[in-house]
Amino acid sequence: MKQVFKRPESLIDVPFHFCPGCHHGIIHRIVAEVIDEYELREQVIIAASVGCSVFMYDYFDVDVIESPHGRAAAVATGVKRARPDNFVFTYQGDGDLAAIGTAEIIHVANRGENVTVFFVNNTIYGMTGGQMAPTTMIGQKSTTTPRGRDPQEAGHPIHMAELLANLAGTAYSARVAVNNIKNLMQAKKATRQAVEAQLEGMGLGFVEYLSACPTNWKMTPAQACERVGQELIPAFPLGVFKEFKAEAQAKAG
Amino acid sequence: MALAEKNKRKKVLIKGNEAVAMGAIEAGCRFYFGYPITPQNEIPEYMSAHLPEVGGTFIQAESEIASINMMLGAGATGVRAMTSSSSPGISLKQEGLSYMAGSEIPGVVVNMSRSGPGLGGISPSQGDYFQATRGGGHGDYRVFVLAPDSIQECYDLIMLAFDMADKYSNPAMILGDAMLGQMKEPLELKKYEPKIFEKKWALTGAKGRPAQYLKSLYLDDGELTEHNWKLFRKYQRMKEDIRVEALYLEDARLVVAAFGSMARVLKSSVKMAQEEGLKVGLIRPITIFPFPQDFIRKTSHQVKHFLTMELNTGQMIEDVRLSVEPGTQVDFFGLPPGSLPAPDVFLKEIKKAYSE
Repeated sequence: MKQVFKRPESLIDVPFHFCPGCHHGIIHRIVAEVIDEYELREQVIIAASVGCSVFMYDYFDVDVIESPHGRAAAVATGVKRARPDNFVFTYQGDGDLAAIGTAEIIHVANRGENVTVFFVNNTIYGMTGGQMAPTTMIGQKSTTTPRGRDPQEAGHPIHMAELLANLAGTAYSARVAVNNIKNLMQAKKATRQAVEAQLEGMGLGFVEYLSACPTNWKMTPAQACERVGQELIPAFPLGVFKEFKAEAQAKAG
Repeated sequence: MALAEKNKRKKVLIKGNEAVAMGAIEAGCRFYFGYPITPQNEIPEYMSAHLPEVGGTFIQAESEIASINMMLGAGATGVRAMTSSSSPGISLKQEGLSYMAGSEIPGVVVNMSRSGPGLGGISPSQGDYFQATRGGGHGDYRVFVLAPDSIQECYDLIMLAFDMADKYSNPAMILGDAMLGQMKEPLELKKYEPKIFEKKWALTGAKGRPAQYLKSLYLDDGELTEHNWKLFRKYQRMKEDIRVEALYLEDARLVVAAFGSMARVLKSSVKMAQEEGLKVGLIRPITIFPFPQDFIRKTSHQVKHFLTMELNTGQMIEDVRLSVEPGTQVDFFGLPPGSLPAPDVFLKEIKKAYSE
């Protein structure tokens, strides 16, 4: 009998610690499947981050270096410059990448570092208990925006995929979601593209995954998944904002 | 090797900052990540010019924080990597130092310190002694710290710093200052005798071996306790590599204790005192961490009067006081930041203490 579904080799056979309905497990799996597809497991070095994804070394069966909060992109720069033949990626949440790590991600993109960044945007700080993130939506309640985010006080949600697409060193930038099968297939396609950008030496490959955080959104897993479709996607449009292949083809005429 | 041979000259007239950079390349450093700040800019400038010649990588980072984290990433793969800065920039690097020590990743940090606190000024100061020896980062960790007092030592000690970083899988630091960074002296180039340290822990991809990770997060009961004791035992082993310079101790009645550029000037002052028939000796810790506690304790068996002299309001004096036998008098003369006076100014202070 042909096996059509199995655990990716890049993932260790242990249960995830994530809360019920959290999308980290799905996104971990997508990343691992793509690493397997490209037969990169033995080449991978992950620059892990701080936040709910901090236990990557317990799940990914690859080499992992721990980074301080927000600094994974800088750490990845050092790893990739020292080991250009390895496949180097970071996996960061919104609190990590879009707040404390803003300088690092902007400059890794601007230098065109040949690394891949997987960015999980659930519009909230998960691990620290639900505080406002730079991506928290207008009106969204969090433990530090108890009356809902008011842009007059707390500014506006930041759109990382669009922002990074503007920088010359970014080879690929896309936003995807994993709230239904159709979006999941798109997410996997974008993940492949971001991986290929590095394999082809084109510069930064960036994928922003809209993700659910039922615990801190105070919703059931099903409600949280619905919220991604009804509220997050309209505010954070899905799509490819920078496509290295299309641009290369256009230049070639 | 490459540089000493390429230069064909045995001696060059060079700034301390350049000597540090030359020594680093000679010692096999191939990755430099930095950010400009006065008075250490000749280090990144030299590295940007000469690392590519030996196949190395130079990156001017967007911040001190990014630069030390780039070093953390490179160091995790087993290469020799370095960053440099000056006081306010070193404050920003403390986060990375704590993580590197916690994850046991080697790397060399150079602090050509200036005067603080805050933005302070760009003149020489030894106000970063506490930060260098006690660690400005969080947690229970130690950094191996060397304090050169000449351009030659800037070159020699950076090589030692790379060896110590690799030997202990821990960050090592050079604590110089604006005077050492900016002044020029003849430097004798020499060939680095490579020391090879096995780096089985290096991250190179899990090819033909189980995956491995470098981390400082330990949540299981007792796990972090054991890790911290392991780091502490490492610090105990570092004491094997303590270095100290001593002058005229045999029949000394007063011992001057000083480090770095201050000790350099004081060598002349102490020599002047000797010429006047005063029995004054000098102890200069070259490793300021671990501190040469045993050496100072033994000296205090025979000499009961110490004078600690520093370009600050009194920091190393605490280590001297902790080291000496009870009943030893420890005086202090401090000079907070500014220009460094000539030896005769300090001679007056030495005489004053001597006559007490």
